[in-house]
Amino acid sequence: MNEASKSTFGFWIYLMTDCLLFGSLFATFAVLRNATFGGPSADEIFSLPFVLLETLILLTSSFTAGLGVVAARAGDKRKTMMWFGLTFLLGFSFVALEINEFAALVREEHSWRVSGFLTSFFTLVATHGLHVTIGLLWMLILMVRLYRTGLTAVAGRRLALLAMFWHFLDIVWIFIFTIVYLMGVAKI
Amino acid sequence: MSEQVTTRTYVAGFILSIILTLTAFKVVDDGLLKGWGLTLTLIAFAVVQLLVQLLFFLHLDKERKPRQNLMAFAFMAMVLLIIVLGSLWIMDNLNYHVMGPEEIIQDEIP
Repeated sequence: MNEASKSTFGFWIYLMTDCLLFGSLFATFAVLRNATFGGPSADEIFSLPFVLLETLILLTSSFTAGLGVVAARAGDKRKTMMWFGLTFLLGFSFVALEINEFAALVREEHSWRVSGFLTSFFTLVATHGLHVTIGLLWMLILMVRLYRTGLTAVAGRRLALLAMFWHFLDIVWIFIFTIVYLMGVAKI
Repeated sequence: MSEQVTTRTYVAGFILSIILTLTAFKVVDDGLLKGWGLTLTLIAFAVVQLLVQLLFFLHLDKERKPRQNLMAFAFMAMVLLIIVLGSLWIMDNLNYHVMGPEEIIQDEIP
């Protein structure tokens, strides 16, 4: 095993443990989904078109991150910067939309303090949002380094790990979109 | 990951993911399916999209032997299913058995 595949494997193990963290939060949400305690239920507070927009933005950013890795492997610094720059903008709009959604819920007094359902909802979705935010910071740092030192082998490897992280976050979001929002609105 | 990964792989994965997302959304929006049928349909769409992204974005199929990433993933998936399904099973069972008689009656008379 060479250095590159060692770090890829190590990072993959981290992603798997992170999956278990999300799994526990999903289990909590699934158990508490109907524990509304007199507060609003999922179908009363979620707007599907809004969530569909969030989903498509995050999905597109996962795609552009992949294209960034292809460009990095081809040694094209300008294209790599462009694709990861686009990924950053999409990721940033996703986080902005999510903060907007949370702020609107809290304003309407549907905060995490209202019921078990809302507590588990905010914990699950905000943990994902926090991961995306940290991914954005990581992306910013890598892009500054890429701009300064150019597309070295190490830079390419780091970008590939970041893209893995980003794809992983999109996979977690598939299940948030399905279990929290679609099933919530369909009253399952 | 190998060298065969190209733009085309990502484009294919992206298009498939978009189709799966929009169809799942449409199924709920139309409201034709209900109950278990809807639950299973939505879970199926999510799992298919998971597989699409594992293959087209994370290239899990292009891994060289001994396929440690795939093994780690399979183990994680097993633990995750035990946590999620086990929690749901135990807590729903508990919920049913600790419900007082008044609540059961309230449940039956709308």
